[in-house]
Amino acid sequence: MWPNTFDYARAGSVDEALALIGDEGKFLAGGHSLLPVMKLRLAAPEQLVDIGGIDSLRGISANGGLTIGATTTHAEIADSADVRAICSGLASACGQVGDQAVRNFGTIGGNIAHADPASDPPTVLVACGATINIQGAGGARSVGAEDFFVDLFETDLEDGELITSVSLPDCSDCQCAYVKFPHPASRYAIVGVAVCLKMDGGTCAQADVAVGGATVKAVKCGGAEAALAGSTLDDAAVGAAAEAVKADIADWLAGDIAYPESYRQQMAGVFLRRAIAAATTG
Amino acid sequence: MTTRIFGSGIKRREDPRLITGEARYTDDIKLPGVLHMAVVRSPYAHANIVGIDSSAAEAMEGVVAVFTGDDVDLAGIPTAWLIPDSDLKTPEHPALAKGKVRYVGDGVAIVLADDRYRAQDAADAVVVEYEELPAVIDPEEAAGEGAPLIHDDVEGNIAFRWVMGDRDASDAVFNSADVVVSERILQQRLLPTAMEPRSAMAQYNAATQELTLWCTSQNPHIHRFIISAVTGLNENKVRVIAPEVGGGFGSKIPCYPDEALVSWAAIKLGVPVKWTETRSENYLITIHGRDHVQHVEMAASNDGKLLGVRATVYAGMGGYLSTAAPGIPTILHGLLYVGPYTMDSVFCESIGVMTNGTPTDAYRGAGRPEATFLLERMVDNVARAIDMDPVELRRKNLIPAFEDGYEVATTLIYDSGDYPTAFEKALDMAGYSDFRQAQANALASGRYLGIGVTAYTEMCGLGPSQVAGAVGFQGGLWESATVRVTPTGKVQALIGASPHGQGSETTLAQIIAEELGFPVDDIEVVHGDTTETPMGWGTYGSRTTPVTGAALAHASRKLKDKARVLAAHLMEANVDDIEYADGSFSVRGSPDQAQSIQDVALMAHLAWNMPEGMDPGFEESQFYDPPNFVYPFGTHIAIVEVDAETGEVELQRYIAVDDCGPQINPEIVAGQIHGGVVQGAAQALCEGAIYSDDGQLLTGSMMDYCMPKADMFPNFELGETVTPSPHHPVGVKGVGETGTIASTPTVYNAVLDALAPLGVKQIDMPLTSAKVWGAIQAASANGGGN
Ligand SMILES: Cc1cc2nc3c(=O)[nH]c(=O)nc-3n(C[C@H](O)[C@H](O)[C@H](O)COP(=O)(O)OP(=O)(O)OC[C@H]3O[C@@H](n4cnc5c(N)ncnc54)[C@H](O)[C@@H]3O)c2cc1C
Repeated sequence: MWPNTFDYARAGSVDEALALIGDEGKFLAGGHSLLPVMKLRLAAPEQLVDIGGIDSLRGISANGGLTIGATTTHAEIADSADVRAICSGLASACGQVGDQAVRNFGTIGGNIAHADPASDPPTVLVACGATINIQGAGGARSVGAEDFFVDLFETDLEDGELITSVSLPDCSDCQCAYVKFPHPASRYAIVGVAVCLKMDGGTCAQADVAVGGATVKAVKCGGAEAALAGSTLDDAAVGAAAEAVKADIADWLAGDIAYPESYRQQMAGVFLRRAIAAATTG
Repeated sequence: MTTRIFGSGIKRREDPRLITGEARYTDDIKLPGVLHMAVVRSPYAHANIVGIDSSAAEAMEGVVAVFTGDDVDLAGIPTAWLIPDSDLKTPEHPALAKGKVRYVGDGVAIVLADDRYRAQDAADAVVVEYEELPAVIDPEEAAGEGAPLIHDDVEGNIAFRWVMGDRDASDAVFNSADVVVSERILQQRLLPTAMEPRSAMAQYNAATQELTLWCTSQNPHIHRFIISAVTGLNENKVRVIAPEVGGGFGSKIPCYPDEALVSWAAIKLGVPVKWTETRSENYLITIHGRDHVQHVEMAASNDGKLLGVRATVYAGMGGYLSTAAPGIPTILHGLLYVGPYTMDSVFCESIGVMTNGTPTDAYRGAGRPEATFLLERMVDNVARAIDMDPVELRRKNLIPAFEDGYEVATTLIYDSGDYPTAFEKALDMAGYSDFRQAQANALASGRYLGIGVTAYTEMCGLGPSQVAGAVGFQGGLWESATVRVTPTGKVQALIGASPHGQGSETTLAQIIAEELGFPVDDIEVVHGDTTETPMGWGTYGSRTTPVTGAALAHASRKLKDKARVLAAHLMEANVDDIEYADGSFSVRGSPDQAQSIQDVALMAHLAWNMPEGMDPGFEESQFYDPPNFVYPFGTHIAIVEVDAETGEVELQRYIAVDDCGPQINPEIVAGQIHGGVVQGAAQALCEGAIYSDDGQLLTGSMMDYCMPKADMFPNFELGETVTPSPHHPVGVKGVGETGTIASTPTVYNAVLDALAPLGVKQIDMPLTSAKVWGAIQAASANGGGN
């Protein structure tokens, strides 16, 4: 509850933020992940650069797909008509983050930079093939969500790099769902499953599936996708996908003392079935 | 007549200040020049201290001093419940560890600095070299062969061994019984988690040698004499103030090293010193509750007569014996083994075991939830063993109604009870027989519903002081109170107890209003300051309404007697002709001549015209020592559904019929039951402190330690019966702990009832989805249900 000493600066622009950050600095967005670890002295940045006042980092634009500024809050994303239309799974995931106060402060950029394995939005970003847009001292670059998340609290971001926005392809013709099994203590995900199904009549033309919470990072689940694609989402196909998903995540499992890896792995199958049901009936 | 204030659900007068943030807690009190104390705490559960280097810390900006165990010349922190005939050992508990640490969080050094941040920086800079020792957390393991020895003077780590009942007689009952069921029950460790963490601030006046200690206490008078004992100051030079206290649940009963250390440092340095724990510290060092490993058996006849219960209990005490710790798994536990049943044989061997966990002590219900759970669990097991409906089994064995005294095999004399009426009322509310049909229908479609029914009684309103003495409690258990009326007719009631969230300022005012006829809003209840209030033993054990309430009723009655005589004198009437109604005295037959209680109070203060021999003033005090405990009782019922796919438990209905005698304020009673049920149900479903094998607390924050949340619960369905306590002046019994005592087994048994068709017979609490799911898998691997 008593953080180490640090300096604080508020940046007015992306360039200013990049100039201020230095070697031992941290960007401050909503503060809902960073400040708790500072209070516990698990992190002790010497410099905080507040990016909350940079207008260009905030907001949602629909341009075929979606571009969501890094400091856009979970609440803004959950409530956005554009997001609901173009990627309803993301709106759903952001709407299930923490409680209303957390959603009013926490930002998508902070969420993915922090890369808590039990976070909600990353699972949808990985399922839907989002792109993370990054600006560093050396210029801008973009990286696919699947490559962005590397491991437990580990991303592709280099020191001093700033996430500027997240882009998503148009998923408006998909049936999407994000279903979460919340940890009763923290309400983070024990397991979260995102599915995005492209239906062609009664047949599933393409299935995108990702799992988080049960894993050290959001994992794209090729086995489950293959079991669903080309099927009519009949019991046999869904059952096969629910089995396959357990194998898809087997190398990435995470757990805690109360909800061990083995349990979370099994639940990924259960919640995949529930996510498919939610996507196709919702 | 206006509505009677006694029995009406007026709003809690405490709430406006609590809700608007105007309440003043210990940490809100600022003194100029205060130094902040940070405690360097052991990161190991068990280790020798090889060396401490505080030089870097001492050199830091703003740091005034660093002290270690060798510097601090305080007497040890005492244990104050010395159970007789139990071979009790009370190992030394230094305020700062000397040579050895015994749990993660044990204090090693203190840093005093001009700023809380700097104090923490410096605490981090104190270098302590440890030699790690093997640690033990499980109490049964700690009592076993080869366990690491935690205190040299506590052989085998066994601090006490308390036996209740006659072992041979118990064996005889069990050897000849038709059925004996048994279970190993784990009463997991719980973290009390009061909303306000603990805090203490001390100020010493060297000229007058007076120490003032503000602290989060449920019993400031007890804190006063313990602080007096450990510092060596005369008790009349110590003032303890418990300002607003944000919940305690027992965790603010004990005197901890921290309170002693701020006092010592304030004396030593001559400036005020403050310490407020963080939530992380709170989870590490503030007492934990429960922590029993119980081996329990129950004997019964084939036709459903409960014959006896016996248990061996390993109760984890943690690294030191906290203030009241030895009393919890013994007196407050074993004596409840009969519960509400006509069962003649009880036997308990309770072994208090030192471990490398945080010290344990009283936590809401304290010993009685652990007893009620084992009893109710075993009754369900008997029902299954003899294939009888568990409700029928309970019905057959309930003690019939009694109004004034019923002695049970544990030697307690229950004051009054009508268990069958509360039982049938709860079953009616639940629609028990319909439920069994609905359950069967649900099962046919693959859904798992379950019901748990608990009949309970408990002992509270602690208690007669003679009993306290007989069971080794190092204090009395009476209360005292003063009812003081000002010349303008406003009332201050000064009490020695120290409520901290229960709403007692409201209920106690209602008792006085009822007795004396002052408007309830004209009555203030003053508590929490040893200089302002008369002596009292504190708020715990559901005792403030029963004991302080009785003291106030008696003090009010004395005042009323005085008022009646004075009113008669003022109206020139005979006392026998004085009638009283609604705060007004009148002369029989001439109703237009009247003296209000306020008029009388004023005249008593003016003393212009007093009857012969009457002293002036309008104030009375009363010491009240209860002749017996009070025994609230009732029946709780839970209906749950288990999702067999995930193991999740949904609590669908919760019915609670409680009898705490006449309800002074039904809203406050309901609030106590709501909170208690939530706390007890959370033990069944989600709460539990978990340690690693080497003694690290893995559930060190609310991210991992699952506090119950409102959306986990349905609207509770409350009912009541009213059976007054025969020995209490207004008939009331305590209701602070009943919810916690009854709800854990109710919810647990409901879940196990739901799982019975799947072949699951036992799961250690808490019933997390992972554990329930694991049990279902294990049972199905074993061939599943019947
Ligand atoms: C009580 C509580 C409950 C929560 N529950 C959930 C939940 O259920 N599900 C869930 O997904 N999350 C949950 N969260 C986390 C919440 O979503 C956080 O807000 C989010 O993870 C971090 O966002 P932030 O804006 O607060 O980031 P900050 O805390 O400000 O920053 C987090 C990290 O990201 C870095 N950072 C921030 N912005 C950028 C950027 N643009 N570029 C580069 N680095 C950046 C910071 O330097 C820091 O290292 C919860 C948080 C709390 C406090």
